[in-house]
Amino acid sequence: MSTVSAARLSSVFVEVADTLVDEFDVIEFLQMLTSRVAGFFDTAAVGLMLADHRNRLNFMAASDENARLMELIQLQYDDGPCLDAFRSGRPVTNVSLEGAESRWPQFAPRASEAGFESVHAFPLRLRKEVIGAMGVFAGAVELDESDNHIVQSLADVAVIGLLQERAIRRGEVLSEQLQKALNSRVVIEQAKGIIAQAHGVTPDQAFVLIRDYARSHNRRLGEVTHGIVTDLPTVSDLR
Amino acid sequence: MSVMAEDGMRGVAAVSEPAYEAIEELQFTLGEGPCLEAFATRQPVLVPELAGPAMLRWPGYTPAIHDRGLRAVFAFPLQVGAARLGVLDVFRAEEGALSAGQVRQALTFADVAVTTLLDEQERAAPGTAAEGLDEVMGQRAEVYQAQGMVSVQMGVTLVDALARLRAYSYAENRPLGEVARDVVARRLTFDSDQPGEERLT
Repeated sequence: MSTVSAARLSSVFVEVADTLVDEFDVIEFLQMLTSRVAGFFDTAAVGLMLADHRNRLNFMAASDENARLMELIQLQYDDGPCLDAFRSGRPVTNVSLEGAESRWPQFAPRASEAGFESVHAFPLRLRKEVIGAMGVFAGAVELDESDNHIVQSLADVAVIGLLQERAIRRGEVLSEQLQKALNSRVVIEQAKGIIAQAHGVTPDQAFVLIRDYARSHNRRLGEVTHGIVTDLPTVSDLR
Repeated sequence: MSVMAEDGMRGVAAVSEPAYEAIEELQFTLGEGPCLEAFATRQPVLVPELAGPAMLRWPGYTPAIHDRGLRAVFAFPLQVGAARLGVLDVFRAEEGALSAGQVRQALTFADVAVTTLLDEQERAAPGTAAEGLDEVMGQRAEVYQAQGMVSVQMGVTLVDALARLRAYSYAENRPLGEVARDVVARRLTFDSDQPGEERLT
């Protein structure tokens, strides 16, 4: 990165450690990670997906709306760098979108249209198992070996986050945590729907309302969405 | 398998052998156990050894089912996000973890149980459940968003909202994802005053 300064990197690790000891919210944690990785580059957006028990990827978190769309496009059309990294278990780096149409006929043109020039994807791994992928969608960014190592390390940190508060004893502990994480993403979508309907806004706008409310009231995203989905009558007060 | 509702109503819905009815009933009687914990925490609770730590975790439940010859229990919540329907419990007479493949299988059975329970609620035509399975559990955020919107539109729970959406998509013979997109785009509204009669706006 030569782009990533040691100071920047160490501050990310401090923040990660801080999150892991604090009251933990998995979606918020993944969101924070994607934002920090995006912050390493000038022109990048980052998204993260996790696999369910049927080995299908699910969108979990993104640094911004553009990254979320890039992830959803890959899921919808079943092609793209994150799927490749997930399936092969290996990073896919420094692919220029120009000329990538034969590799990703659906994803490449849409990503170019969104203004991206290069894409990079890193598998989320736990021992031999691949449980997800993190995608970096960027301008003309060239990652060198040390950059790759740093981003892959942060993808590994995401896995550690999923397993937090428990020793990695068995594969089944992972499935408990993974199922919980996948389900909390679904809860967020349901809460977005509830707020969208109650406030007459789009689900995306609803998410901004929910996130801002959580921030300004110093509450966890999961806590707020849980309140929304379990207490329908009071949702109109989200201000 | 137990069916549970948010308002505290609960009961055993089905068992593979009659003897398990009482075993499944046990955690309701004792008010503790992996099944209740899976429901409360919304995540699978896998207990490969009903000894040691499990004794401390559920001091009433663990010895009681240990006495009945069981050595391991695995509880899988039946849920779609915040919409919770119950728990699927798998018991074993010997200690040991489930393999990754067995966990996947149990989760898939739990998916099937969820769709069956949802469709029973709306008395959908038999045989339609399997087709809709991928849609409910699919990656489409719109389905979950629509579920939230319909629950507010109709003033019903998230479970009822999803059952309603599924019934509508069967009745109209349209994919659930497409119906959900219409709801999110506000081309379709579900009205509580006229159940079964949706108003196109």
